[in-house]
Amino acid sequence: MPFQSTVGDYQTVATLETFGFLPPMTQDEIYDQISYIIAQGWSPLIEHVHPSNSMASYWSYWKLPFFGEKDLNLIVSELEACHRAYPDHHVRMVGYDAYTQSQGSCFVVFEGR
Amino acid sequence: MSKKYDAGVKEYRDTYWTPDYVPLDTDLLACFKCTGQEGVPKEEVAAAVAAESSTGTWSTVWSELLTDLDFYKGRCYRIEDVPGDKESFYAFIAYPLDLFEEGSITNVLTSLVGNVFGFKALRHLRLEDLRFPLAFIKTCYGPPNGIQVERDRMNKYGRPLLGCTIKPKLGLSGKNYGRVVYECLRGGLDFTKDDENINSQPFQRWQNRFEFVAEAIKLSEQETGEKKGHYLNVTANTPEEMYERAEFAKELGMPIVMHDFITGGFTANTGLSKWCRKNGMLLHIHRAMHAVIDRHPKHGIHFRVLAKCLRLSGGDQLHTGTVVGKLEGDRQTTLGYIDQLRESFVPEDRSRGNFFDQDWGSMPGVFAVASGGIHVWHMPALVAIFGDDSVLQFGGGTHGHPWGSAAGAAANRVALEACVKARNAGREIEKESRDILMEAAKHSPELAIALETWKEIKFEFDTVDKLDVQN
Repeated sequence: MPFQSTVGDYQTVATLETFGFLPPMTQDEIYDQISYIIAQGWSPLIEHVHPSNSMASYWSYWKLPFFGEKDLNLIVSELEACHRAYPDHHVRMVGYDAYTQSQGSCFVVFEGR
Repeated sequence: MSKKYDAGVKEYRDTYWTPDYVPLDTDLLACFKCTGQEGVPKEEVAAAVAAESSTGTWSTVWSELLTDLDFYKGRCYRIEDVPGDKESFYAFIAYPLDLFEEGSITNVLTSLVGNVFGFKALRHLRLEDLRFPLAFIKTCYGPPNGIQVERDRMNKYGRPLLGCTIKPKLGLSGKNYGRVVYECLRGGLDFTKDDENINSQPFQRWQNRFEFVAEAIKLSEQETGEKKGHYLNVTANTPEEMYERAEFAKELGMPIVMHDFITGGFTANTGLSKWCRKNGMLLHIHRAMHAVIDRHPKHGIHFRVLAKCLRLSGGDQLHTGTVVGKLEGDRQTTLGYIDQLRESFVPEDRSRGNFFDQDWGSMPGVFAVASGGIHVWHMPALVAIFGDDSVLQFGGGTHGHPWGSAAGAAANRVALEACVKARNAGREIEKESRDILMEAAKHSPELAIALETWKEIKFEFDTVDKLDVQN
């Protein structure tokens, strides 16, 4: 078999950090990840940004971090509300860990255009 | 109460074996595994170790009486059997804080693992663990940035970081080397790494490498939209040369430099680490030569001690072995010393080889780096063992992909993210490793080919240095 037919061409893709290399998650899969954030005791936090500015350290908060919130359905409805308010923005879900002052989890739920 | 001078040779145990001593919180504690010459009593061997690693010498000397030696001497306060080993024993020694210069790991090691290791009454001697008192820790700068700052600078959250060493490790020109860096980073890695052997050889001088690597990083960041870095190795023949290279890396806007802390030495490492804190640079630490010192189960220094010393001397990432790859490393022991790198308090736990409670105070944490003979099939085990605060580095497991380094990088990134996602969703990723990887490969031809390429490669040799347990 000639060499050319066995070697594929890898095309560079623009991605948004964690989980950027996986196919878009189903609703159940997103629920699983949010449940994980809640189970770890982290505060859910929703952030959004225009795609032209996605590498900035600061994305805009949606409202404030949902400190101590344990209600999965409330978080999901806030994600959807953020997406409705900023349909062309990236929207990401963060599990904020106040103990380490870091993000225990962070992934994009809605990709803007 | 003043003493009289009594010239001659006293037994060490008369002065340095003090089983009633209760160690102070400010003492530096050491656990040595001692194997004495036949016929020498344990107490005498242990006391000799305490003496020779602190204030003692073989003869009584008049000038001892000019000071209060009881204030300065090291004391052996406990002796324990080594489980499963009849000829060796553990000696626990307490050293007063004032024996050591503030912030100097070099000074601590010169005392504790200096002349005493060549002492004739011993056949073997191994420093198993050290308990640094918080009072000493607060005099050390420690990691220039630490885990939290590194995550913020690199914008990487909720998963281990992914890296790779550039191969072949020697012989590429600067431009070809930068090409391989670019391929890896555009394929989805967070970091690439200079091999430890790469300094500034005739085939590739350092300026040339730094410039091409900087271009590769900037380009891959533009194209992928993600933050990237490359550990520029600044280990050099002199400290002056090392700083010149580090300065140039900073001028080029690079986020991270690299140092070999054992071959380069603790003084150089501590100096570079301070420079990194001052200049906002991350510091990756390689550990060439460690296995010469830490692999023999009865002689040398255990790696957990070297890891603790590095955390105090300074570094943001340290190589720790992989457990599952081509290099030596027992799982429980590795878990024990990665705790020493990352946690703020590590309790005594003999099942992990930790002999003391260790309070790290406010010392930042160090990323554990797993590198050496690992490939995509190892990914679930690596994520389970090392957790999120780690850097997983696949060299051959990236460049060896049939489509090249970019596809190899993408395969690793897909596998990593699939494992993290599955773990978060509550799946047992080690037990279900095959299913998780095969599911992920359905969406990634790069991963499917990587899984096929490395399906038979295993490194199942027994470890040489194991935890001491009753067989």
